[in-house]
Amino acid sequence: MAVTLSESAAKHVANFLARRGKGVGVRLGVKTSGCSGMAYKLEYADEADAADVVFESHGVKVLVDPKSLPYIDGTELDFVREGLNEGFKFNNPNVKDQCGCGESFNV
Amino acid sequence: MALLQLAEPGQSAAPHEHRLAVGIDLGTTHSLVATVRHSLPECLPGEQCGILLPSIVRYLADGSVQVGREAAEHQATDSQNTIVSVKRFMGRGLADVEAGASKQYDFVDADGMVRINTVAGVKSPVEVSAEILKVLRQRAESRLGGELVGAVITVPAYFDDAQRQATKDAARLAGLNVLRLLNEPTAAAIAYGLDNETEGTYAVFDLGGGTFDFSVLKLSRGVFEVLATSGDAALGGDDFDQALAMWLREQGGASDLPPEDSRAVLVECRRVKEALSRASAEQAHVTLSDGRELCASVTREQFEALTAKLVAKTLTPVRKALRDAHLDVEDVKGVVLVGGATRMPQIRAAVEQHFGREPLTDIDPDKVVAIGAAIQANVLAGNRRDEDDWLLLDVIPLSLGIETMGGLVEKIVTRNSTIPTAKAQEFTTYKDGQTAMAIHVVQGERELVRDCRSLARFELRGIPPMAAGAARIRVTFQVDADGLLSVSARETGSGVEASITVKPSYGLSDDEIAGMLRAGFDHADADMRMRALREQQVEAQRMIEAVQSALAVDGDLLDAAECQAIHAALNELTALNAGDDARQIKTALDAMNKLTETFAARRMDKTIRAALAGQKVDDLKV
Repeated sequence: MAVTLSESAAKHVANFLARRGKGVGVRLGVKTSGCSGMAYKLEYADEADAADVVFESHGVKVLVDPKSLPYIDGTELDFVREGLNEGFKFNNPNVKDQCGCGESFNV
Repeated sequence: MALLQLAEPGQSAAPHEHRLAVGIDLGTTHSLVATVRHSLPECLPGEQCGILLPSIVRYLADGSVQVGREAAEHQATDSQNTIVSVKRFMGRGLADVEAGASKQYDFVDADGMVRINTVAGVKSPVEVSAEILKVLRQRAESRLGGELVGAVITVPAYFDDAQRQATKDAARLAGLNVLRLLNEPTAAAIAYGLDNETEGTYAVFDLGGGTFDFSVLKLSRGVFEVLATSGDAALGGDDFDQALAMWLREQGGASDLPPEDSRAVLVECRRVKEALSRASAEQAHVTLSDGRELCASVTREQFEALTAKLVAKTLTPVRKALRDAHLDVEDVKGVVLVGGATRMPQIRAAVEQHFGREPLTDIDPDKVVAIGAAIQANVLAGNRRDEDDWLLLDVIPLSLGIETMGGLVEKIVTRNSTIPTAKAQEFTTYKDGQTAMAIHVVQGERELVRDCRSLARFELRGIPPMAAGAARIRVTFQVDADGLLSVSARETGSGVEASITVKPSYGLSDDEIAGMLRAGFDHADADMRMRALREQQVEAQRMIEAVQSALAVDGDLLDAAECQAIHAALNELTALNAGDDARQIKTALDAMNKLTETFAARRMDKTIRAALAGQKVDDLKV
């Protein structure tokens, strides 16, 4: 199993990293949160932690801390457009149920 | 699902907590809106047109309003009702306005601020500005997919209180929450990240379409102070178009032209001016209404010679502002260029020569003010709480949280958060009528309390009795710059409060911290299963207690067989709940839910009957 980026997500991440001017890749993870269990973490990564599990997808490094991995293993991060709005979306096969907007979820 | 954005390391927003905020440059000729997405600032384009919205509002007889390009098309044909440069009238009285050149409108004197009589009635400059802001607000909300929590709006540094208040009123009228008004030169300096420097003096050279503003800013401890401002309210890029147009008309012997031809020549000269910023020569060509052709080749040298006087004119206010601030050009650490007209190479050269240093030009001069405002709005909306005000950063080595039902840890401040920090989360009561809550503060990365380190315990008492889940208890973790943790809990309805202070890093060596971290990683899988089990157990226990109390009150609603079935199911669920198979507990829980459906329905009917008993249908308020 792995954590991957869709081609569109990888393109946007690479573009954002270039505009930002620093960073080794993107960090995906989860954290516990109040409303429906877990919430996603999606951040620029400035350096890899020794314990990180590192994947590579369309040329972009994806870093996941080992505590988060069981919750998001198999996830593909996608970049989508909804109307005029656009942003990233986690396609996470581990999710059993989620709150209305999907920002927090349960496994 | 809601679409996510890339955050800076350690700054992911909690669910539903990313706040949409924008920066708005409400300009004399153009206005624009910017925001920070994926931690990067960007200007938002309109649905059809580009990023720049012409600050032009046209009122129509039927009460409708046109804003931007659409209104600009009627500028000449419907000038009385098409308001341009409304910014010049903000917070101004009739005397101020009439002293200026603009006499094209039917001004009405009013208390405090001038009004304009249009075909749709008398409009104040505040209302006109609000129309522009409304368009920008809608643009941002459709681009960002949500409602804005607020906006930072920029104003010239020289705006007085009345003008600032008028700008705020316009924003409120447009449905915008003003986080702050920001001086335009300060916004430009923020866009270039100059606020990250420790101190220094900077100049902002802002040559727009029709106005020139020059400001000197002093930065100390991340705060900008405006030392001096000066400018020319009637000097801008449009004057360069005019100068070129005069020359072109002289060349073609077309000094006397009807208005529409004059405008056509101006439009062409503007295009040539913009082209000459990139090329060394450009062909000007206009076909006049009488069929004559106005044609000329313009070199950059010719254009520079034609406009040398205008360039020199910008330097007078520059000298004045520096003199007012008692500064020499050598004291200025950097010059920021703002406004589309600063794209002209002769302007850049003049600034460079005057200050003896290359001006800052990396950011598009049209966008720089809006971008600075957007960066500021992002901070004020709370999307980047820490980091900004503190140069010296320290981090929390292990997560801090509290114990929740089932011996689980709810992390409130996560590991590696920079301090000082403050995080709050809401919790609720577990049982009906619960009047106290024990708060157990723990530290560590594991999911179960028994695997983490206990830091402190305290109780919140005096919660008013309510149904389970109705109380709202806000638990706030605050870690100050010295690493001191204080935890407070407050029931938001009644205001009862309790708190405790601890020093979390006390007594933990680096080795112990490393060991606790490793344990967190090593047990990730087991912890995940354990969390799922405990959550299921808490849910089952809640169900058992609810059914038991329902049986005690309304057991008579069931016949013997039903009663027996529910009791049997209760026993099974209780037995399974003592075990460790989350799946079996879930199955039994679902079965229990189904089994008690009719019971719940009957209880509901009973309550409704009781509420309706002895009332006439006519008396019921539905």
